[in-house]
Amino acid sequence: MKASLGIAKKATFISGLIIAIAYFAPFVLVFVNALKPKYDILANPLAWPTQITWDNFNQAMTKMNFFRSLTNSVIITVLSVGALILFSSMLAYYLARTKSKFTKTTFLILVASMIVPFQALMIPFMSIFAQFVSLNNRAALVFFYIGFGVALSTFLYHGFISKIPMDLDEAASMDGANDFAIFWKIIFPMLRPVTATVAIVNALWIWNDFLLPRLVLTPETQTLPLSTYLFYGQYSTEYGQAMAGLLLAVLPIIVFYLILQKQFISGISTGAVK
Amino acid sequence: MRTGNSWKKFGIFAAFPLAVFAIVLVFPFAQGFYLTFTNWDGFEQTAFVGFDNYTKSFKDPVFWSTLVFTTKFVIVSLVAVNVVAFGLALLVTAKLRSANILRTFFFVPNLIGGVVLGVIWQFIFNTALVSISSKFSLPFFQESWLNQTTTAFWALIIVTVWQSSGYMMIIYITGLISIEQDVIEAARVDGASPFKMLWAIKMPLMAQAFTISLFLTLRGGFMAYDVNLALTGGGPYRTTELISMHIFQDAFAFGNFGTGQSKAIVMFIIVAAAALAQVTISKRLEVER
Repeated sequence: MKASLGIAKKATFISGLIIAIAYFAPFVLVFVNALKPKYDILANPLAWPTQITWDNFNQAMTKMNFFRSLTNSVIITVLSVGALILFSSMLAYYLARTKSKFTKTTFLILVASMIVPFQALMIPFMSIFAQFVSLNNRAALVFFYIGFGVALSTFLYHGFISKIPMDLDEAASMDGANDFAIFWKIIFPMLRPVTATVAIVNALWIWNDFLLPRLVLTPETQTLPLSTYLFYGQYSTEYGQAMAGLLLAVLPIIVFYLILQKQFISGISTGAVK
Repeated sequence: MRTGNSWKKFGIFAAFPLAVFAIVLVFPFAQGFYLTFTNWDGFEQTAFVGFDNYTKSFKDPVFWSTLVFTTKFVIVSLVAVNVVAFGLALLVTAKLRSANILRTFFFVPNLIGGVVLGVIWQFIFNTALVSISSKFSLPFFQESWLNQTTTAFWALIIVTVWQSSGYMMIIYITGLISIEQDVIEAARVDGASPFKMLWAIKMPLMAQAFTISLFLTLRGGFMAYDVNLALTGGGPYRTTELISMHIFQDAFAFGNFGTGQSKAIVMFIIVAAAALAQVTISKRLEVER
């Protein structure tokens, strides 16, 4: 009995290992080829590099304007996620604590709006907002992300705030605190787990978003997914450089994930259960 | 929150986010719906045309083949992603010491945007696999999978499964962990086989995880754009265009704003109906069990 359990365990482990290797193989392939000169890749994309060159990385970094796109991605993601946390938590507090027909309907509309695909808006979107976009396209993009992200974020906060007893607010209110102070000093600190979820879910979406930035941003303000795509389109025959570019594009988010792994996993599971 | 001075409260807490929501989402949605009934060309509209844009859309044979292709893609990817994700969740929760490392590996593809994933796999299908095939003279992969509609379809499925199974796995893990150990212990004492345990005990008790994961994959399947663009670009000859790319092409590449927007409304109705049906059925199953 024990022996067979041991074998079963080994079998699960080995199948897990094989699948894990299969999941990771594409990255290894990209990495290996990023280190090779072009003719080595053409000869055999699967072989280990016979001579290692870092030149591909240098080339890719300059050609895709790596640091500029990275900065753009960071600025846009941080500002949007920060604004979403700020405004959604306040809105959720208002909707959860004020009981009226208006707040109920508003909440229902927010929830229902999550089913609307961006594709159903994108065509009128560009004609409505063309002028706003041409004024300052990064600010416009952050503004759009607030509009598109506020429903889900408010929904997540709402579920959590509803479970916090009203007594807390009332006690603080008796002590003379106003609504604004009650929220920021007492309620918001208690929302930390949801704030982590809201931050991670939105950051992943905004960091990787492609369609909206493609419509809105100009070459100077490109984010990383955009510049990677354009770079790959231009230099796809320069395999080594293309691979180096791809690797550069995925590196920041993977490093970020490895540092915050626990928060990522728990963030996604709390987000999903709601 | 105290009653009284309710306008001030609304102003402080809710006015700005609700205004942004209305401007960015509600207004363009209403406007988009309205424009489908006019002769809008992207800049101005001069007359009402009734259902003309819709009739034109449904007379477009490419739109029909796109709808069929998208439906196939949604169904196959929904089944494949969820079967794989559930399998991975079972594997990771099987009390292995390496569970955390495995989970990390399975999840990583999910961090990366569809465009970057798409071009990575384009290289794999176009160059790496073709080269393996010629080296070992394998019967498949001799020609790039992206050159033929049928094989390109499966390439899209493979990449989608690789990308989203890690995320759904997390949802299934959460479901599996939430099951109380007493119930499982009791079933074990009663002599339930591992398969019976899974089918009759564990799966019904984590039905909510299935509801969520199926909803997310259904929605994701209909809205897929990035992988489609970067992997096949719709080719060969627009035969692998999913609905999202079809709308984008119609409006922004061919300048058909009227039909493009009507097709987008059709897409919205399909997504809403499918999601509503799925959630209703899943919820009913959750209660019955």
